Amino acid sequence: MACTVRVASPLRSYTAGAASVDAVGHDIAAVLADLDTNYRGIRFRMIDEHDRIRPHIRLYVNHDAVTSLQQAVHPGDTLHLICALSGG
Amino acid sequence: MAQDTLWIGTRKGAFTLRRDTGNRAWKLAGPQFLGHIVHHVVQDPRDPRVLVMAARTGHLGPTVYRSTDRGRRWHEASRPPAFAKAAAAAKPRAVERVFWLTPAHPNEPSAWYAGSSPAGLFRSEDGADCWHPVAGFNDHPMFPKWSAGATPDGEFLHSILVDPRDPRHLYLAISIGGVFESTDGGRDWQPMNAGCAADFLPDPDAPFGHDPHCVAMHPKHPDRLYQQNHCGIYRIDRPATRWERIGANMPKSIGDIGFPIVLHPQDPEVAWVCPMDGTAVWPRTSVGGKPAVYMTVNGGKSWRRQDLGLPRSQAWFTVLRQAMCRDERDRPSLYFGTTGGEVWASRAGERWRCIARHLPEIYCLAVAH
Repeated sequence: MACTVRVASPLRSYTAGAASVDAVGHDIAAVLADLDTNYRGIRFRMIDEHDRIRPHIRLYVNHDAVTSLQQAVHPGDTLHLICALSGG
Repeated sequence: MAQDTLWIGTRKGAFTLRRDTGNRAWKLAGPQFLGHIVHHVVQDPRDPRVLVMAARTGHLGPTVYRSTDRGRRWHEASRPPAFAKAAAAAKPRAVERVFWLTPAHPNEPSAWYAGSSPAGLFRSEDGADCWHPVAGFNDHPMFPKWSAGATPDGEFLHSILVDPRDPRHLYLAISIGGVFESTDGGRDWQPMNAGCAADFLPDPDAPFGHDPHCVAMHPKHPDRLYQQNHCGIYRIDRPATRWERIGANMPKSIGDIGFPIVLHPQDPEVAWVCPMDGTAVWPRTSVGGKPAVYMTVNGGKSWRRQDLGLPRSQAWFTVLRQAMCRDERDRPSLYFGTTGGEVWASRAGERWRCIARHLPEIYCLAVAH
């Protein structure tokens, strides 16, 4: 069973404008890999080449901030992809 | 009808200015990629239909876009520039911005180079779609010393130059770090900074750690390089190994600090710079609020002010290193873009005309054919 991924507007060019898509995976890393399979390139805009979450990206599973890509994801969970923008 | 096209990369997207050749009126189009920070747009001289753009947004990671139809449609690189994955214990570098793009040698028609911040060199073999780190530079045993990383935004790798006589002969620059040369296609590198001042370093004769802002190779005389440095304007004629400070011949009241340097397409004696205020706290604005371009016609022995048409006072903009360019004409059209969102044009610097204004902060300009 899939989880739901809420996509922030700066990333919707990858999802053809969709604000919400489905993805599968037992942890964040697997979900992001699945997302990247379906929406090629989206992962690298959020996760750097050393598998670190980029400085202005925040991920939440339901209401919990993600600190590790090994964090578990369960069917029915919602993964929020948040872009933290500031300044002009 | 033939068209002149000028690509404009800004802090908020990409724009074009176009005019029918011979027509004075420019037409602005865009934005494309509104909201993206566009660090560089480069046309491929080996196939003018191809354009490559280095871009990112404020929150997302860096990427590269490619067009094969002169910028009508763009496709994101399948594998943007990224450093090799590091061992777990290391403090790895990650590409924050792709800052510079250079087409490789004409004999390597699908190859491109990219420079990043923090400093990294990358190469694509397939028309800028898949990028790979150049280990000979990025993992060079001396790299941690070469790349000081002391500037507020991190260091930038730029001015990747390919010798038209030999695809293995490369130059690049790091700001801050210095100029480096490779004669074996990027497997090994040597610093090339003798003669350049580094007033901010404790050792004035340090072999590296300098701050080249822009290095240019003359297209017809590739042994001649010019450099606009944080500490002066320089020229070198290879195989000499020591830069000569030709900026010492600039008026003392103007100084020889700036970002871009642009060379004449045929005459290696002719170059243009856009001086900035490098006094005290380094405002890096036009000197005294009176912008001017300076031209040399004798390899830097003397310089001539070219400010006709530019604001006479209270114009405090900056011209960044990728934001000045020229076309290929014998009497070339020159263009510069400002941090205030204006584009200025002239023929050979003789009379400047503002051809666009109210744009976002301009990061780069590129003439396309």
